Amino acid sequence: MEELTDELRASFDKVLSTLNTQAREKTESLVRSLKASLDALTDSAKAREKIDQMSSEVTADNPYSRLMALKRMGIVEDYEKIRECSIAVVGIGGVGSVAAEMLTRCGIGKLILFDYDKVELANMNRLFFRPEQSGLSKVEAAKETLVEINPDVQFETYNYDITSMESFSHFCGRLKEGALDGGQLDLVLSCVDNYGARMAINSACNEIGQTWMESGVSENAVSGHIQLMVPGKLACFSCAPPLVVASEIDERTLKREGVCAASLPTTMGIVAGLLVQNVLKHLLNFGQVSECLGYNAMKDFFSLMVLQPNPSCSDSWCLKQQELFAQKVKAEEKNRAEIGSGEVEEDLPLHAENEWNIVVEDDPVESAGQKSELNEAKHKPAEGLKFEFEPAKSSVNNDELVAGSEKDIGELMSQLDQLK
Amino acid sequence: MDEGTKSVLQKIPLLRTNAGPRDAEGWNRRLKEELLAVIKYVSNNKEQDRDWFFIQPDEKGIKWSGKCWYYLDQVRYEFELEFEIPATYPTTAPELKLPELDGKTAKMYRGGKICQTVHFQPLWARNAPHFGIAHALAMGLGPWLAAEIPDMVQRGVISSFAK
Ligand SMILES: [Zn+2]
Repeated sequence: MEELTDELRASFDKVLSTLNTQAREKTESLVRSLKASLDALTDSAKAREKIDQMSSEVTADNPYSRLMALKRMGIVEDYEKIRECSIAVVGIGGVGSVAAEMLTRCGIGKLILFDYDKVELANMNRLFFRPEQSGLSKVEAAKETLVEINPDVQFETYNYDITSMESFSHFCGRLKEGALDGGQLDLVLSCVDNYGARMAINSACNEIGQTWMESGVSENAVSGHIQLMVPGKLACFSCAPPLVVASEIDERTLKREGVCAASLPTTMGIVAGLLVQNVLKHLLNFGQVSECLGYNAMKDFFSLMVLQPNPSCSDSWCLKQQELFAQKVKAEEKNRAEIGSGEVEEDLPLHAENEWNIVVEDDPVESAGQKSELNEAKHKPAEGLKFEFEPAKSSVNNDELVAGSEKDIGELMSQLDQLK
Repeated sequence: MDEGTKSVLQKIPLLRTNAGPRDAEGWNRRLKEELLAVIKYVSNNKEQDRDWFFIQPDEKGIKWSGKCWYYLDQVRYEFELEFEIPATYPTTAPELKLPELDGKTAKMYRGGKICQTVHFQPLWARNAPHFGIAHALAMGLGPWLAAEIPDMVQRGVISSFAK
């Protein structure tokens, strides 16, 4: 009898514990779903509605009041124009993410973001991304944050490597047709960290006549630059070796053991600020747009210069754009002569009033390292700037070149295979 | 750059055709030259008993893959090697990848792209479009392996790659 009671009690306890567990699980899941609904409700209460028209009314809930004040103060004539502008940001790293946030807060019309990378904890010394976004693609994570900051901005994101054959033509297509009105973008911002990606942007922009701005921070994190590229009118990225800030630190003796590159949130933030400042001036027609601006963080020294297109640029599309630009200038001159107007609009990138540090050097200067080709192109870096490397060799000996072969590609491939 | 790499580079024929994969017709000619230069380079290596990599392209010559190896104290360390010809080739060099070593050294970008020295890019740009795949391997991957493998072996992170 006693045995039976014990057995009954044991099975009763078992049933009771099962029921308890089930009830607890049910309650917990109910609490979870209630909490989720509550979060969603508070989120939707916090997120603001889209705004149709930018208002200059100064109220606590108008996100554009301080921007529209630029009009009242006479700095910008037509601030609302920014809502019609479409910009691509290529490279959503330490510079690109911050530039995208600035443009978002300024109420840009549309942003197209390109990056193939993921957010990593190693990126947390830079601005913008948060640790909990680790593992997300940079473009997705960026969009997530930016949409919340300003739901008026339209976003398009592409998580691919623009230099790869698979994505390059799609990339060109988005520059050409990605604007709000389905046409070409107003501007492309290069915020990438390598020569190959810059060259890919350069090729695409030369091909479609796309104005773009290049930005960069040195590998040692203590200098940076921005450069405006207008195909045909200003030097392209292929016209001359890349311009970099000259520093006393010799790149060749720079200690690079154990790292690829250093980075600072300060330098990257400053370069992003300089870049977007130039973008705003360019889009909204105020101040003087910088063609090429170098920033030396060690000395807080800024260099400013203009780089003319190279008539023997290696990019054939650059040469075509130079021709088109020359025709345009000619047509405008003719127009002016016909009208006989005294007021002329200066279209060439020359600056009459040089204030500080502005060097527009037209005379070729002999320098041992620089080949004559570059001098012919009347290129000379301003104080504080230098070319990253010497220009390309002009010619090679014929006997160094690969000899012809009767074999076709298939035969050569199997020949290579046999060398395994 | 060290003298050894320099003399290796000088023995690799330069390429003639300035065409990348976006130019279908030109690329055919260029690919033929690339193959000839790589064959020459591998043959040079074999002759000198310094064979250290093997690669093969896909049908279009865009995606290349193979192996590279490095001897240290009579132990052979062998790794998968892959790279893609970028749209802007031959103005810009391919980015060489050793995917298996991703995360094992700081001298690498995500996905196993090796971190080139400051000499690589200028030298490539100065010699464009005459430098090709064989040159990229000789002046990029060769010196990288020589610098990084001893370090990784010492840190004990690549013992599983010993053959
Ligand atoms: Zn050019």
